[in-house]
Amino acid sequence: MSDQFLYAIEVTLNGLMAGVLYALVALGFVLIYKASGIFNYAQGVMALFAAMTLVGIMDGQVPFSHLINATFGTKVHHFGWHVPALAAIALTVGVMVALAWMVQRFVMRHLVNQEPIILFMATIGLAYFLEGVSDLMWGSEIKKLDVGLPQGGSRWVEDATAFLGSENFYGFFIDKLDMVATVVAVLLVIALMLFSNYTKQGRAMRAVADDHQAALSVGISLNFIWILVWSVAGFVALVAGIVWGTKSGVQFSLSLIALKALPVLMLGGFTSIPGAIVGGLIIGVGEKLFEFTFGAMMGGATENWFAYVLALVFLVFRPQGLFGEKIIERV
Amino acid sequence: MKLKLTTLALGAIMAAGPVLADLVLPSLSYRTGPFAVGGIPLADGYADYFTMVNARDGGIGGLPVRVIECETAYNTEKGVECYEATKGEGALVYQPFSTGITYQLIPKATADGIPLHTMGYGRTSAKNGKVFSHVFNYPTNYWDAASVAINYLLDENGGDINGRKIALVYHNSAYGKEPIRTLEELAKKHGFELSLLPVDHPGQEQKSQWLQIRREKPDTVLMWGWGVMNQVAIQEAANIRFPMEDFIGVWWSGAEADVIPAGDASNGYKSLIMNGMGKNYPIYDDIQKYVVDTGKAAGVGDQIGTVLYNRTIYAGFLAHMAILKAQEIHGVADITPPMMRDGMEALVITEEMMAANGMPGFGPEFEVSCENHGGPGVGAVQQWDASAGVWNQITEFKASDKSIIDPLVEADSMAYAAENNIELRCN
Repeated sequence: MSDQFLYAIEVTLNGLMAGVLYALVALGFVLIYKASGIFNYAQGVMALFAAMTLVGIMDGQVPFSHLINATFGTKVHHFGWHVPALAAIALTVGVMVALAWMVQRFVMRHLVNQEPIILFMATIGLAYFLEGVSDLMWGSEIKKLDVGLPQGGSRWVEDATAFLGSENFYGFFIDKLDMVATVVAVLLVIALMLFSNYTKQGRAMRAVADDHQAALSVGISLNFIWILVWSVAGFVALVAGIVWGTKSGVQFSLSLIALKALPVLMLGGFTSIPGAIVGGLIIGVGEKLFEFTFGAMMGGATENWFAYVLALVFLVFRPQGLFGEKIIERV
Repeated sequence: MKLKLTTLALGAIMAAGPVLADLVLPSLSYRTGPFAVGGIPLADGYADYFTMVNARDGGIGGLPVRVIECETAYNTEKGVECYEATKGEGALVYQPFSTGITYQLIPKATADGIPLHTMGYGRTSAKNGKVFSHVFNYPTNYWDAASVAINYLLDENGGDINGRKIALVYHNSAYGKEPIRTLEELAKKHGFELSLLPVDHPGQEQKSQWLQIRREKPDTVLMWGWGVMNQVAIQEAANIRFPMEDFIGVWWSGAEADVIPAGDASNGYKSLIMNGMGKNYPIYDDIQKYVVDTGKAAGVGDQIGTVLYNRTIYAGFLAHMAILKAQEIHGVADITPPMMRDGMEALVITEEMMAANGMPGFGPEFEVSCENHGGPGVGAVQQWDASAGVWNQITEFKASDKSIIDPLVEADSMAYAAENNIELRCN
């Protein structure tokens, strides 16, 4: 096989892996939209908040220490302990559940039956609020996140595939972190599908998604379901925050990963969990292959805009996305 | 009624007593937003420097310095708003630490008669004082940085880099594109092959660029990044096992925050510097005594001695010296922005001045003139030691290739002058 062909395969494989990372972010959007019809603008910031909370707990950082010190003239920054990764993840999940309760109690509950655009605007406010709270709680400095995930190119894959090309071909490059992220994403999707199909709460969640009024009439608590949905979305945000935070360190830019999820949602549909995965894969492979093939002749850096162009093309032919539910308005 | 009001107003003014003058230096900080990681030490350094000067020296020329901090979140519109909101306070000089904000402020500040100081960033051709009367970018600029990096490679390769492959990974913005023209000219002169790899903002995803580097196997990778782009690039370089000693960033891609997230894998990474590094200077004893120990530090004190903190200590020092020069020229302590501009244009920095301020060897000696607002255009190289967690300076401060830089500065500044009908100065 020619090296050029092998490079194209390598780009495709890496595109698939990148797509999984995008899908991890998109999943959180889908969960909330599916259950409540809210496009949660704050999903990216939730990933940032979750990752910052996780690092803060692991490092034994005192939350709001800047505020406490400025108010009381103290100099407390750390508790002096280090929490193991698994325990810290469990505690962070608890924080995300508490956040879900607060969002429901203080924001969404007061906006029931409002127009979708009002709910969307509320999530914009929530995003900025969370950004500020994250900084105030944990500081704006970059933090290294190490929960034991491997990083770097897999030597095994390189050695096993090096023979395919010439002496200039080193074998396929696959990042071990991307491989772990793929496994995590697959497990997450399976767990979410099982939860929504085979548990009482999952079925209640789907019922609310189908029709709020009907769900209420059969005794399903809308408040509980929305707390549940925001909690699950918070958990998904934590997973995305761990993977992306391991790559780049935990810092404000983590909140911008939401931008990578938008074309995935446009393509896969806002209401389908498998759609988020398939959409992510198509966007990931599409943008990477386009950059590989046409990037040099177009000055490079084509990925960001090409992802949106690709999503737009799909939208023209399937406005509800590949897996989205067809929109039928009855008069 | 009118008489009563007038009497009351006059009484209030008299009761208030004389208004104490101060020297106002706005700080367009970004402690929040995507570039807060760099913005925090930059803002802390500038604030702490003048807190120390006020406490140690009683201000400058007997007048206290008042630093007004205005948060921009690195957003250009907010930066302009901060400028408009603070210029009326008697702002002597603006140092925005953002190329985008700088570009917006150049015409405004020039029209308002307030000087801008953009060391190592902003519009490179502002070095030409004949065109840019109120913009200063001493002691160095982006194009000098590109040339210093190539000079370093020449030194490392016995003066011959003909045929070598050099890749530039850059932030796909006006800032990131700054060195391209210079590098293209240098490629013609020295015969190296230049490849360009833009990274879109913010730079969280760079897999395509680093796969391309893995395929093309350049001998050296140069980086013009900022924010998260730096951390991701260093991690991706480590992932493909690109040799860190062949990876060189500009001075905005060489802070502790850029290398720490990659851990031991970032060991050996290099970057350019324009000023002294570490805490081993007497000035830090003063900062500890007058700022940290008295609880007046702008931050929590954990940034002291870091690369970006040191940069604004240096920026503060240069502003300090320019104020002294302006006071000396005009014979008054309470200087105005036009006087400050005069001080900046007549600035002379010597080793004695740096040593007297507790900063021996912190930067190059240089002189500013009407024609040259850019200083000597020098830079050095530092290398990261991951196990010790410190940067080590591995070269002396060396000059850029003026035979390449000066014609580029002349061409770009003259084009700006023609576009904006600017009459040349310094005749």
